[in-house]
Amino acid sequence: MTTSPYEHHDYDVLIIGAGGAGLRAAIEATQRGLKVGIVTKSLLGKAHTVMAEGGMAAAMGNVYPEDNWMVHFRDTMRGGKMLNNYRMAELHAKEAPDRVLELEQWGALFDRTKDGKILQRDFGGHRYARLAHVGDRTGLELIRTLQQKVVSMGTDVFMECKVLKLVHDDAGRIAGCVAYWRPNGEIVTFSAKAVILATGGVGKSWKFTSNSWEGTGDGHAMALWAGARLIDMECIQFHPTGMVWPLSVRGLLVTEGVRGDGGVLRNSEGKRFMFNYVADMFRAETAESEEEADKWYDDHTAGRRPPELLPRDEVARAINTEVKAGRGGPHGGVYLDIASRRSAEFIRRRLPSMYHQFMELAGVDITREAMEIGPTCHYIMGGVQVDADTTATSVPGLFAAGEVAAGLHGANRLGGNSLSDLIVFGRRAGMGAADYVENGHAAEGFDMGEVEAAVKEAIAPFDRTSGENPYDIQRDLQEMMQTNVGIIRTASEIDEALVQLDGFTERVRNIAVKGGRAYNPGWNLATDLPSMLSVCKCVALGARERKESRGGHTREDFPKADPEFGKFNFAHSTSGGNWDSAITTAQSPLLVIPEELKTLLEEAK
Amino acid sequence: MADVTMRIWRGDASGGDFENYTIAQNEGEVVLDVIHRIQATEAPDLACRWNCKAGKCGSCAAEVNGKPRLMCMTRMDDLPDGPVTVTPMKTFPIIRDLVTDVSFNFAMAEKVPALLPPPMPAEGYRMFQEDVERGQEFRKCIECFMCQDVCHVIRDHEENKQHYAGPRFFIRYAELEMHPLDTNDRRDLVREEMGLGYCNITKCCTEVCPEHIKITDNAIIPLKERVVDANYDPVAWLGRKIRRKSKRSASEAAVQPAP
Repeated sequence: MTTSPYEHHDYDVLIIGAGGAGLRAAIEATQRGLKVGIVTKSLLGKAHTVMAEGGMAAAMGNVYPEDNWMVHFRDTMRGGKMLNNYRMAELHAKEAPDRVLELEQWGALFDRTKDGKILQRDFGGHRYARLAHVGDRTGLELIRTLQQKVVSMGTDVFMECKVLKLVHDDAGRIAGCVAYWRPNGEIVTFSAKAVILATGGVGKSWKFTSNSWEGTGDGHAMALWAGARLIDMECIQFHPTGMVWPLSVRGLLVTEGVRGDGGVLRNSEGKRFMFNYVADMFRAETAESEEEADKWYDDHTAGRRPPELLPRDEVARAINTEVKAGRGGPHGGVYLDIASRRSAEFIRRRLPSMYHQFMELAGVDITREAMEIGPTCHYIMGGVQVDADTTATSVPGLFAAGEVAAGLHGANRLGGNSLSDLIVFGRRAGMGAADYVENGHAAEGFDMGEVEAAVKEAIAPFDRTSGENPYDIQRDLQEMMQTNVGIIRTASEIDEALVQLDGFTERVRNIAVKGGRAYNPGWNLATDLPSMLSVCKCVALGARERKESRGGHTREDFPKADPEFGKFNFAHSTSGGNWDSAITTAQSPLLVIPEELKTLLEEAK
Repeated sequence: MADVTMRIWRGDASGGDFENYTIAQNEGEVVLDVIHRIQATEAPDLACRWNCKAGKCGSCAAEVNGKPRLMCMTRMDDLPDGPVTVTPMKTFPIIRDLVTDVSFNFAMAEKVPALLPPPMPAEGYRMFQEDVERGQEFRKCIECFMCQDVCHVIRDHEENKQHYAGPRFFIRYAELEMHPLDTNDRRDLVREEMGLGYCNITKCCTEVCPEHIKITDNAIIPLKERVVDANYDPVAWLGRKIRRKSKRSASEAAVQPAP
């Protein structure tokens, strides 16, 4: 029995995070008859999953019967520049269609084909039209469907409850966590036989990001502190199309669906510049002329793919180069034009939220004029190293799924593969955790020493009268990471970032918070900053070590991919257990791809 | 650009008052940008709820100059000159400053009997675009709860929250009732326990909906018609009594777990 002096709850499986992966995991574990709790730092249904627009990738073959899991597997591996965990890519490609179909049993209403099946749309890097979608609000549909299912099952949800740290038992197994209620600031502890991290991403440490305030890498950091390994942290996806003006909305996402539905990229000279940026790896399957590309939209056998639909890392780099060469727009972006290519009625029907977003926030009518866009920090491919089948981390009792986990996407994620990631590996996390619990491996005891240390650290900023405002630290950190570890990197800047991060560590130790503990956003930010720093350090360390360019990691001083670096991930770990403990970085070899899967990659080239 | 004066309600359940902040405002900014600037400078403990800052999550609803608005989608330059007043949503209890306790809505969500479709064929269900479009309109809802905030059945009558689900949940019931696959019947539940009859179709909810869902015309009125047909049309009533209904009654529906 745990004797916690705080409000305490006891679960078989505790899930941290209520986005797509967390909710899908909860459904699975609850269906196994276990006692399941979900802790989320926001309200239920507000997670960043709602921001996903274009769709979820699944080789259902509803539009192109030629499509199948093998092609999806190949596309995912090639898009990830072969740094992927092949087994995750295999499971994902095989299981995504069933996961999409089951959403309809729970109430999802996807757009339909003429014969009543789920309609699928084109996206970058996918050979066939593969994304099940609802207009451009697919993430909302996913989260609402899973949320309504979870509510109908009666699973406990702790809303606006922020987890500070994971707690172990004496044997080093995960035994639960310590958290606080945002509405009143009171501490609460949870013991659990298994904990699933489903905390999403880290984008809030960059200045221009599509991520909400929640993307502070809490799960990444807590896993690191708890003894798990983080891999591929240098691989960060800058989505090619974020809004650039007004400054108020800089970074806000513009869906890839605009390009999937016919939108093209032009520079300030009006030229479709992507034809100049086709890498050798994709040359055979990419159109050479505008005429050829334009035929493809209606019939994928009549021409090859338009270069605007290359994987996101390729497109983001191309935009960056055009702007640097002085061919950008007045606000430092390039133009995304669908107005001249599709009817106003088509645009409003297929892209209603984009129409709305530009009209209300920028005063731009996208049915009449082009959008000015530029890259925005969007997604981290890196995260907690997990076993593909069970999502188990190297720490007993700790599981991870969704953006916080790494492996599926390798060095670069294809659009549409994140929503399908959530439902495939959310379910597997629920299964993996349930198996672990049922097999009797669960923790015994609950280290109250860890709880007290975390609580003491969290409330320390209230005792400092002369410390620093957490908002100032966050703003400076975002500027620093954007400048030094942004879309294009170089050794001197990364080294500078690592020096500066040590300075930030000192500043975070000296935060002072004004006001009380009840719903205090300044305090909340103070408790986020240690996670942000741990994540930023791993990103910078990985970026320094990976002396090549691959996917979401581009080095100006090493502009080409190096086959030697394609054999391993960089893995970060710490033995200190705290946010300011020293981090070690080591090579972790990739899984060996079995011959029959290797053939798929080669055959399909 | 010129500074702006923000008149923001600060306090908690025990009471509070307006505080004025005079602060810089830049081109193209929305109310939430200015609130964030106040947090980052003068008042780091100013409580407000927000997530996506893109009009997609519905977290940042508050009353701007007395009207329910998403703070992230309300441009400062669209507001009249002079101080901008920001207050929390009135219908829900205050937690702190601009943050309210919206748990009423989550409690109502728990009472909704889930979709009950027939078993899924191996290749998935077939549904047609024109049949899913009605439900898709209601599923655009981002749960900002501004329709609940503005609905005077509960805005001015706390006691009605015991037996009134509100517009957000009427579109949810309408969505399920119109779902091509559903076999549950929630009509008695909507009439008897969810208080559909209290709505006198003033369309205030429709006016504030940031997703432009035609809540009254497309959900509430059709739902009222279905309930009327089921209960007051003698032929339909008799038919329901004699035939075993193809749809389940509310009491059966309520205990039926989802598949």
